[in-house]
Amino acid sequence: MLGLNKKDTTLLIIVAALTLLAPFILNPFPADSALAQFNAGYPDLMQRFVIFGIFAIGFNILFGLTGYLSFGHAAFLGVGSYSAVWMFKLLSMNVIPAIILSVIVAGLFALLIGFISLRRSGIYFSILTLAFAQMSFNLAYSVLTPITNGETGLQLTLNDPRILGVSATADGSIPVTNLFGIEMRGTYEMVAGPWSFQFNTGYYLCAIIMLLAFYLAVRIFRSPFGMMLRAIKSNNTRMSYTGLNARPYALAAFVISGMYAGLAGGLMASMDPLAGAERMQWTASGEVVLMTILGGAGTLIGPVLGAGFIKYFENIFSKINDNVLHSWFSFMPDGLEDAMVALVYPFIGKGWHLTLGILFMLVVIFLPGGLVEGGQRIMRAFKRRKPDETSSETTTEPAE
Amino acid sequence: MGILEVKDVNKRFGGLQALGNVNLSVVENSCHAIIGPNGAGKSTLLNCLVGKLIPDTGSVMFDGQSVLGRKPYEINQMGISRVFQTPEIFGDLSVLENMMIPIFAKRDGAFRMHAVEHTENEKEIVDQAEHMLDSLNMADKRHFHSASMSRGDKRRLEIGMCLAQNPRLLLLDEPTAGMARADTNNTIDLLKQIKDERDITIAIIEHDMHVVFSLAERITVLAQGTPLVEDTPDKIKGHPKVREAYLGETA
Repeated sequence: MLGLNKKDTTLLIIVAALTLLAPFILNPFPADSALAQFNAGYPDLMQRFVIFGIFAIGFNILFGLTGYLSFGHAAFLGVGSYSAVWMFKLLSMNVIPAIILSVIVAGLFALLIGFISLRRSGIYFSILTLAFAQMSFNLAYSVLTPITNGETGLQLTLNDPRILGVSATADGSIPVTNLFGIEMRGTYEMVAGPWSFQFNTGYYLCAIIMLLAFYLAVRIFRSPFGMMLRAIKSNNTRMSYTGLNARPYALAAFVISGMYAGLAGGLMASMDPLAGAERMQWTASGEVVLMTILGGAGTLIGPVLGAGFIKYFENIFSKINDNVLHSWFSFMPDGLEDAMVALVYPFIGKGWHLTLGILFMLVVIFLPGGLVEGGQRIMRAFKRRKPDETSSETTTEPAE
Repeated sequence: MGILEVKDVNKRFGGLQALGNVNLSVVENSCHAIIGPNGAGKSTLLNCLVGKLIPDTGSVMFDGQSVLGRKPYEINQMGISRVFQTPEIFGDLSVLENMMIPIFAKRDGAFRMHAVEHTENEKEIVDQAEHMLDSLNMADKRHFHSASMSRGDKRRLEIGMCLAQNPRLLLLDEPTAGMARADTNNTIDLLKQIKDERDITIAIIEHDMHVVFSLAERITVLAQGTPLVEDTPDKIKGHPKVREAYLGETA
């Protein structure tokens, strides 16, 4: 179906089901229960899941296929965000032109940076991209203030000269982003007993765009172009002695992944029309590297899982404070309760980075293929338990 | 006039004269061996032919065109394929994919975007690759992870990948180095078969005299960066200068 083989089609359908049913899946606990704080099904967080999913899918096209580790991908995300906000300020509050512009601008920017950085490979390439991203961050933060509004960040104001649309609504507020009149912030709330599920327009726009982005990534992975990219990673020497020029292939991959990042940035601004320089900082670039490796670099679904995993930790674990901990351990005797809280406290709240760091180390050491490899191992363990199916297991692929 | 003409090539690395006035002419559709003791400059010469090194002076002409200043992939596109001392294959890819890449390179040139077509739908390329694997007796290994194969199989695959492009000149850099005897003999048989079946010129650098005398029609002996003699294998065997410089120690 859709030019994919059976296995990839199944994968696409699973991803589609997961994203479209996310408001249910991410809200498994009743709103008044103690576990409700582990619910992630609110619009703001769900949007972040899919937007960072797009970012990581794009990053994986470069890193997972060609092995070129870019440490400056956040720059493209930031450029995308700024372009989108400018489009809102100058043209219209419709998100379509904003998203298109952010992809184009990020692509051009990636072409420039990639052209220069791809003259080197390995660690020198990583350092070059890091340097470019930090340069962009500092420019956005200070020198380019007229365009980026410096440290305050670029925001909409009441006197933006919007060509198609109004500067301010009738009641004197800033108009909201929309898709041909459908407001991005619009949310339909479905209450079912103690549960409440939220269906947000913005989330569904992002989810559909992510599915398209995912589909395109699958096509690229399975295409001759994708095979050439894997060949670059595998053996650059053989590549050039086989009559292939590796650089345009790598540059094309770099530009495509830069455009994915720009798309993510544009969507971010479409959900919440502001753009700040901190989106381009090196920590943001590092985050997408973590997402991709944690999920499984070079796999199709890995980056999406990694993005969801990290964003979940960032938003859910960081909200657990010592009061919550005390209530969890309240069944214990006083002294023991305090001791347990003291023991767990460094790993939650502001300390969530510590938990994430430990998890990352465990994954890299024990599951070099990321969460995807973990999933494959579990599947294999299950298959082994059913002896009648072992005969049909001849097509199992070797784990990479 | 040979298909490959090397004229007065000099290459110096600091104080070391790696190549001194090398002249070499390889006749079309022949098998020409370059032998010499360690450090004679054999690999340097080969690297000058494929664009990895640029000679300080002299010229290298392939089929009337200079290869100097061209990048390795451009030289490959002219019709020169190279087999390395340690097999250079795409270790992370399957054997079939390894075979498809040179065929794509032959059909599409150095760069072409096929970003959304499905590889499996490139019937023509898949067929050619399968056919090539068949002729190498590797059809049953086509879904193998190529890095996991034996040295001999990797070499076979690498030679196959070069042949898949129908090169006019095949350069082999010690194709049997570090191989078991059985693998060496298999490689010799494969090269003989290639020589018989195709219009192809082969230039081979080799240490193993058994390989050289089984294949070569002409032999150039290189010593200290300069060609000592060039002649047929029979004459080389008995040549006093060669015995002195090289064979004397081993034969």
